[in-house]
Amino acid sequence: MAGMSGRMSTVIKAKISKLLDKAEDPAETLDYSYQKQLESLQNVKKGIADVVTAKKRLGMQAQKLEQSVVKLDTQARQALAAGNEDLARTALERKQLAQTELQSLDQQVAELQSQQDKLTESEKRLRTKIESFRTKKEVIKAQYSAAEAQVRISEAATGVGEEMADVGLAMQRAVDKTEDMRARADAVEELEAAGTFEDLTQLGSGQDDIDRELAALGTGGMVDDELSKLKAELGESSAPAPAELESGEGEAKP
Amino acid sequence: MIVRIMGEGQYRLADDVRERVNGLDNAVVAAVEANDEDAFHASFEEMLDVIRTEGEHLGDEEIETSDVIVPPADTSMAEATADFSGDGLIPG
Repeated sequence: MAGMSGRMSTVIKAKISKLLDKAEDPAETLDYSYQKQLESLQNVKKGIADVVTAKKRLGMQAQKLEQSVVKLDTQARQALAAGNEDLARTALERKQLAQTELQSLDQQVAELQSQQDKLTESEKRLRTKIESFRTKKEVIKAQYSAAEAQVRISEAATGVGEEMADVGLAMQRAVDKTEDMRARADAVEELEAAGTFEDLTQLGSGQDDIDRELAALGTGGMVDDELSKLKAELGESSAPAPAELESGEGEAKP
Repeated sequence: MIVRIMGEGQYRLADDVRERVNGLDNAVVAAVEANDEDAFHASFEEMLDVIRTEGEHLGDEEIETSDVIVPPADTSMAEATADFSGDGLIPG
């Protein structure tokens, strides 16, 4: 490995020597290596399962949010038809929030899918190499003297060790991403638990952290646009509504 | 020379391809030193591309130790600074 330089090479070399140095009796290196390889394969499978679980959870949240979007849209229409513009606005604000979350969830699900695909490929590559190592060590044992066999098997073990280190780092990257997304999923669940996407009947004057959340997302302009659109739609089908509103202004002051 | 792209597998490079990759390796180092993110991505992606298309992909059953290890394709410029310094990945 004379030519190897750079951080990645250093990391890989360190990992390989850690994998290989554990067997103190040289005669055990061979079996020990194979044992380690199998363990490493199990770890990769577990890592893939974790990614799949995280993906499913995000997928379920996305489904719920889709339902919320439909529901809040219906509620906005109903509120506006009943002449309650404030309630309609709130419903639309929440719909925007749900839509924003939904977009980000969809993106994350796609990202996890690509992580899963890559890890599955890596797992297959490592599995093939380990199987190849198993065959090779038997051939080497049969063909060479004990001392020579030791050297050659060590070389092969180093080669497989490199693959294990590579897969290990890929898995670490995937786990880090999954952790980030878990935090995100928790945040969305908190919003759900707070009734942000569900419970319009609880709306009163005291709007709190939800409002801050909405302000942060800057959905105001979009909500105004959508509200006007909705008004226009409703205006076509129920003409008397604007007239009623105007009549309120006609009251004379005492 | 055998090169591993992290997360993708190993490639065997002929001498002339090695030279091309070495040139791009040095270009990546220059981009990182100049803190030029666009140049970094351009050179790094071209380097990966040359390895993938000009190199011979090693079969999964082949057990070889790599001469050079290239960081994964999604490496950020910040991460790359530790990899691409001095001579880069390939000496010379």
